[in-house]
Amino acid sequence: MSIDKETARRAAHLARIAVPEEELENLAQELSGIVGFMEQLLEVDVEGVDALTSVSPMALPRRTDVVSDGDQIDKILKNAPDSREGFFAVPKVME
Amino acid sequence: MTDLYKFTIAEARSKLRNREITSLELTESCINAVEGSDALNAYCLKTPDLAREQAKKADELLAKGNTQDMCGIPLGIKDLFCTKNVNSQAASKILTDFKPQYESTVTSRLWDQGAVMLGKLNMDEFAMGSSNETSVYGPAVNPWRRDGSEKKLTAGGSSGGSASAVAADLCLGATGTDTGGSIRQPAAFTGIVGLKPTYGRVSRWGIIAFASSLDQAGPMTKTVRDSAIFLNAISGHDIKDSTSAPFIVPNFEAAITGDIKGKKIGIPKEYRLDGMPDEIEKLWKDGAEMLRDSGAEIVDVSLPHTKYALPAYYVLAPAEASSNLARYDGVRFGHRATLKAGEGIDEMYARTRAEGFGDEVKRRVMVGAYVLSAGFYDAYYRRAQRVRTLIKKDFDDVYSTGVDAILTPATPSAAFGLGEMKNEDPIKMYLNDVFTVTVNLAGLPGISIPAGLSSEGLPLGLQLIGRPWEEGEMINIASVLENGAKFNFKPNKWW
Repeated sequence: MSIDKETARRAAHLARIAVPEEELENLAQELSGIVGFMEQLLEVDVEGVDALTSVSPMALPRRTDVVSDGDQIDKILKNAPDSREGFFAVPKVME
Repeated sequence: MTDLYKFTIAEARSKLRNREITSLELTESCINAVEGSDALNAYCLKTPDLAREQAKKADELLAKGNTQDMCGIPLGIKDLFCTKNVNSQAASKILTDFKPQYESTVTSRLWDQGAVMLGKLNMDEFAMGSSNETSVYGPAVNPWRRDGSEKKLTAGGSSGGSASAVAADLCLGATGTDTGGSIRQPAAFTGIVGLKPTYGRVSRWGIIAFASSLDQAGPMTKTVRDSAIFLNAISGHDIKDSTSAPFIVPNFEAAITGDIKGKKIGIPKEYRLDGMPDEIEKLWKDGAEMLRDSGAEIVDVSLPHTKYALPAYYVLAPAEASSNLARYDGVRFGHRATLKAGEGIDEMYARTRAEGFGDEVKRRVMVGAYVLSAGFYDAYYRRAQRVRTLIKKDFDDVYSTGVDAILTPATPSAAFGLGEMKNEDPIKMYLNDVFTVTVNLAGLPGISIPAGLSSEGLPLGLQLIGRPWEEGEMINIASVLENGAKFNFKPNKWW
């Protein structure tokens, strides 16, 4: 399936990556090439085959749902582009 | 003793233990080598002061009779590993100046043993690439050059800085990570040994995630023995990685006996590609011959879904990457776009990511978002997961017939020139991983061993694929190939 400009716009939006209008056509072409490559998978008979989500031989371990760590505000905020009063700061979301 | 930096880990270990050299002397020798290596662009950050400090501590431990294998050994660390208070950027602009406040499990284990960090090593951005050309620092350069040529060649990717540094003796060993071949392909391109462990053998905690169901860290070293020593130091269960296996780690070095009598080695017919260079075909045949001469039985095997591994990988890895890389939004760390008047948080996310990610990363994140989106999830993502089951089953079936390991070429060609793939379709670059990617999909261990030189004088590698959790066996067979191939070539120093 080839990807049109609108689908490319949607993929960029889902990925939250700003793509200038004039680059969308080129992006659509690139994505079409990659998706075309993926379409080889349509040749495979997967009837009755389960999806593999983990190669690990064991179930994911569980632990008690308790706080095991904390009080590291300074460390957590250390790399933040903007932080105020112990919080991450972002542009205003609501009026 | 000016050439200490040329030691293998095993050589340095014995000289350190016997107090013939100090870690500080060894470390100074390496720092000196690193200083003169800028043309290779292998190190994206040098940490000589930290190295000296660690070396002094190691010398104190050694004086007290510390016998841990990696004590006092100077290493390079791929930029993908979080190192406390030391820039860890995954070679991406979006993590500019990111200083983790914690240490990855792999590097913690190394420092706990007394190992020394010389610096951080170049790589493809977020480990997405096969030539190191997607790095924000510019590509690492292969110390090898074609006979009679000065053209700069790729060190491979994504662990290209690690490969270049080990091949050029800029550290005794380096960490790498491998999601589709990122340890084994660069190792093959630079004439060194690269080992990807069984999925779950080495903790992923503190390693910047690319595709979590495929990522695995491993050693890049000068010899097979060194890879065994290094692997022992970083393996083992870690409560902080829920996919790390709670298994006892065997002594991998002790597994090197050189005795492979009666071992069954599979040769998969699907790896014989149309148009494969004769020299790769010959290398493969010679490798099988060496193993047969040492008493192994060579058998033809079939892995029928091999041709679907790359397309499945290029659905699954970008899908996982699009989820993992969602965290780079300009809020908690790294780059944040400067907003214009009237712009809000949505523009902040989209422009931060547009400015911070390079082209290949953007492409994969968008492909991932697309294959996971409503209407395409079943057609692409779900189908790729089902094909992954079939690829794993191919290996299970072969191993259930008593095959101990599988021998293949490591790469379809020798190292190519930097810039040579620039105008090619991205898929052509993806084909570099054709022999390695199946191993990640099936979660198996794999090792790339230098086995010969191309007609142009460049290193070529063979790959052994082991049974799950049987790295020791795989390493032992690799040691036989290493002895048989007698690859004792080094690049001529031009940098």
